[in-house]
Amino acid sequence: MTHGRESWYDEEAGPLVRPYALTRGRTRSDRYQLDMITLMLAVKSGMAAMAPEYLEILRICRRPTSVAEVAAGLDLPLAVLKVLAGDLIEEGYLIYRTQQAETDKDVDTLREVLDGIRKL
Amino acid sequence: MSAPTLRASAMKVLIAGGFGVGKTTLVGSVSEIAPLRTEEMITALSVDVDDLEGVEDKTTTTVALDFGRITINPTLILYLFGTPGQERFWFLWDELARGALGAVVLADTRRLADSFASVDFFERRGIPFVLGVNCFDGKMKYGLEEVRSALDLDQNVPILACDVRRRESSKQVLITLLEHLIRTATLSAR
Repeated sequence: MTHGRESWYDEEAGPLVRPYALTRGRTRSDRYQLDMITLMLAVKSGMAAMAPEYLEILRICRRPTSVAEVAAGLDLPLAVLKVLAGDLIEEGYLIYRTQQAETDKDVDTLREVLDGIRKL
Repeated sequence: MSAPTLRASAMKVLIAGGFGVGKTTLVGSVSEIAPLRTEEMITALSVDVDDLEGVEDKTTTTVALDFGRITINPTLILYLFGTPGQERFWFLWDELARGALGAVVLADTRRLADSFASVDFFERRGIPFVLGVNCFDGKMKYGLEEVRSALDLDQNVPILACDVRRRESSKQVLITLLEHLIRTATLSAR
């Protein structure tokens, strides 16, 4: 965010601006076309030197977890989370899978979903 | 060694309807996790403009999305997303709706008009949906067919009464949606 109205905060606002500092002003997050239900999975452990937000993402993604869920877990806006997740993907810590809407709406998959809901 | 792959996939269903109609309640009654909230930052001009680089002084607002999760099986996860009630966030609905299996529109017979917008949205985009008439007090002011005609709903759109505070009732709404989706997919495959 580079609009000129951010001067109301001072350095004590650290926790508030920290996620944005981590993204280093990057707000474009379409490198990997992540959407809200893109699933991500950690495939490498983080390193202690990493920012805690990265480590937290990797911890949550020890099982396949959606972008929206990770954002909610870290209390970060989706746009910020997408940038940070993009960094981890780029460095090979995370793999991801975005749905191909058309191929996944076949009747067999729908029946699977129906069976799953009936068993709830 | 081959590269690790992610076999699991995720799908989403949208839960729409007017403000206070019970969207988050439905999500909460069937979700395996307490409904989560995430915030999407929106720049007012992002409606039609793809490239915002160089655009510096636009209004930015955030919109909250509530959602829940149902693990169908180890490789299939279903997410239920409540759509924001406020009409001014409609442009977000397009991102929300992209790739959705279908939708549930919740209606309250005391405020039927609040559901018009959602019905219209899904009809225009050809997204299959069912209408759930949420009965907070076990009573309905109108019969289901009266609701159908008041909303000018197509005959093939399933409509059912529900009480989304009850898990079984919310499940039934989702089952009705999935059956509708399967019927629609089967018909279009012929």
